[in-house]
Amino acid sequence: MTEQIRHEWPLFEVFVRAKRGLNHVHVGSLRAADHRMALHHARDLYTRRNEGVSIWVVRSDDVASSGPGDKEAFFEPSADKAYRHPTYYAIPDSVPHI
Amino acid sequence: MTTEQVFASTIERDQRVEPRDWMPDGYRRTMIRQIAQHAHSEIIGMQPEGEWITRAPSLRRKAILLAKVQDEAGHGLYLYSAAETLGADRGDLTRRLIEGRQKYSSIFNYPTRTFADVGVIGWLVDGAAICNQVPLCRSSYGPYARAMIRICKEESFHQRQGYELLMTMMRGTPEQRAMVQDATDRWWWPSLMMFGPPDADSPNTAQSMAWKVKRHTNDELRQRFVDMTVPQAEALGVTLPDPELAWNAERGHYDFGTPDWAELKRVISGDGPLNAQRIAHRRRADEEGAWVREAAAAHAAKRATGRAAT
Amino acid sequence: MSFDDAYQALTDHDDDARWAYGTGFTDPLAGVPTDVPDGADPGDLTAYCLMLGDDALVLSHRLQQWVTRAPELEDELAVANIALDLLGQARLLLSRAGAVEGAGRDEDALAYHRDAGDFRNVLLAERADADFAHLVARLLVFATWRLALLDRLSASGDPVLAAVAAKGVKEVTYHREYAAGWVVRLGDGTELSHRRMSDAMAAVAPLTGELFRAHPVEARLAGAGIAVDPGALRPEFDAVLAQVCAAGTLTVPAADPADPAGPAGRHGVHGDGLAAVLGELQAVARSLPGSTW
Ligand SMILES: [Fe+2]
Ligand SMILES: [Fe+2]
Repeated sequence: MTEQIRHEWPLFEVFVRAKRGLNHVHVGSLRAADHRMALHHARDLYTRRNEGVSIWVVRSDDVASSGPGDKEAFFEPSADKAYRHPTYYAIPDSVPHI
Repeated sequence: MTTEQVFASTIERDQRVEPRDWMPDGYRRTMIRQIAQHAHSEIIGMQPEGEWITRAPSLRRKAILLAKVQDEAGHGLYLYSAAETLGADRGDLTRRLIEGRQKYSSIFNYPTRTFADVGVIGWLVDGAAICNQVPLCRSSYGPYARAMIRICKEESFHQRQGYELLMTMMRGTPEQRAMVQDATDRWWWPSLMMFGPPDADSPNTAQSMAWKVKRHTNDELRQRFVDMTVPQAEALGVTLPDPELAWNAERGHYDFGTPDWAELKRVISGDGPLNAQRIAHRRRADEEGAWVREAAAAHAAKRATGRAAT
Repeated sequence: MSFDDAYQALTDHDDDARWAYGTGFTDPLAGVPTDVPDGADPGDLTAYCLMLGDDALVLSHRLQQWVTRAPELEDELAVANIALDLLGQARLLLSRAGAVEGAGRDEDALAYHRDAGDFRNVLLAERADADFAHLVARLLVFATWRLALLDRLSASGDPVLAAVAAKGVKEVTYHREYAAGWVVRLGDGTELSHRRMSDAMAAVAPLTGELFRAHPVEARLAGAGIAVDPGALRPEFDAVLAQVCAAGTLTVPAADPADPAGPAGRHGVHGDGLAAVLGELQAVARSLPGSTW
């Protein structure tokens, strides 16, 4: 029964580059039978108002993701590395352009 | 912290719950229901105005209306997409809609009688939707909140095009002015009902407010809508069909009459003027499209197995 | 976000790169000279703009009829986009026709207050779709032909037609791709879809002959470097159709170049299809004379 009611087309995640110089950003998902159709649909659905210059589509099944349970192991080790951030370093205001 | 505590503190600190986070079953169910009903409303909401695209009396209005109705399909898709992040399946949600197991906004069960209805729907119905939806841009569920931001931006075009059409018609012939007044008379009360039953009869409100999936009560939003709309009606030169409508200086708000809640109940429970027709239309589109969707899936499967995927 | 002003709140997110809102909306005719070019007869140029404009207007109408009926929501968006593109082309071309004619008729006067005999669209544009296969079959034929036509027209001696064509090329390229994708999917998909796709291709085949027969207006304007001779489009058209049909395991339907026989849409000779389109298109506008919209 559950198999029967599955939607016929797989889910794709859509990423749009809003303009040159910016990253592709995840904007949502859609259904399509294949990649080409997914690109067409993404263009019609997510760029109706000139929102993008480039689109990626990825099968949702193919996205590997860190789970919320991994949060500590994945992200907290970097939380103490303040020295990676420019504001860590105190530079007198009198020094220009830095 | 336990997962429950993490969830509670996320809500408490006004942060967003994201798809893979732990959430209470009740929260998940409530969000799926709320988002699905919203998505269904966008899709069914295409019908009343969609009927006028081919008959729009100028090419400019035709292009505007077509773009607007197309936006509503987009809104439906953004929302189904948000619901799918919670584990729902669009095909399943559509089936629930056409089997009458999930609801959509009662407003779309009223007929559109003249082209003025297109203007009044933009002004009042999209206007009420904006009032309802702007606070949802801060919904605690991240994908829903993000979809709402995009939708709200697009809705402002919908409301403005409707109001502009009405302004143009009010400058036209006496017959056109009468059409605008007539449409206003018919859509005013159903628009007020879009905010749902009065707070006293709205059992889910308290939990939804606590979870921050709803930010204001039905009555607060309704009052906000009336306060914003009265001056717009005056500027337009139409009369809102409510003899009790009057400024209350003490409250700092407009007083207004009581909508016919019995009518709202009837329409919600499926007995509105066009409930059956709206659902039948959606069902037909879904059924008549089945062979097309199947063929595309079959073609994709053949390509995946027959050749290297491209 | 402040709730005190719901509308103000809409602009709170303008810095949000996630939903960059495009601003590049341009007028395709900005700065284009609008005089009737030397060597062009104004009557001919008016008629030619009506031909290409009516093709777009009438097919757009047939696509508008699919709104809320598409097989999937994503296709709802796609079909509406194509209908909007064609409507945009129609508006530019009808406006140009009205301006060249010089009788004070604007796009709406031409769309809403001409009778069927004055419409110049090809018969392919006006027929009703029996199902989604008919929609994509007709769209493939129309878009393949129109793309070849607009591509050449973008070098027209009339700067307005050239600009309209240049804009249209980008749009119709997508229309053709959309239609071709579906013709292939349906042709190759299931037994049922293959049969329906074959039937649909056969149904539009008799309407393709007209696309390549030059009306005297087209012939004269082509001679003056203003219009495109449709006869020259045939090789490109045939090659594209053959490629798409092969990919979709379909046989290219044989089209008799004499079909439809005798004077057809370009001459104002139409069928029930156009009558139905105009009945719907013009009803409201005509029932409220003197109104402003
Ligand atoms: Fe909407
Ligand atoms: Fe809307």
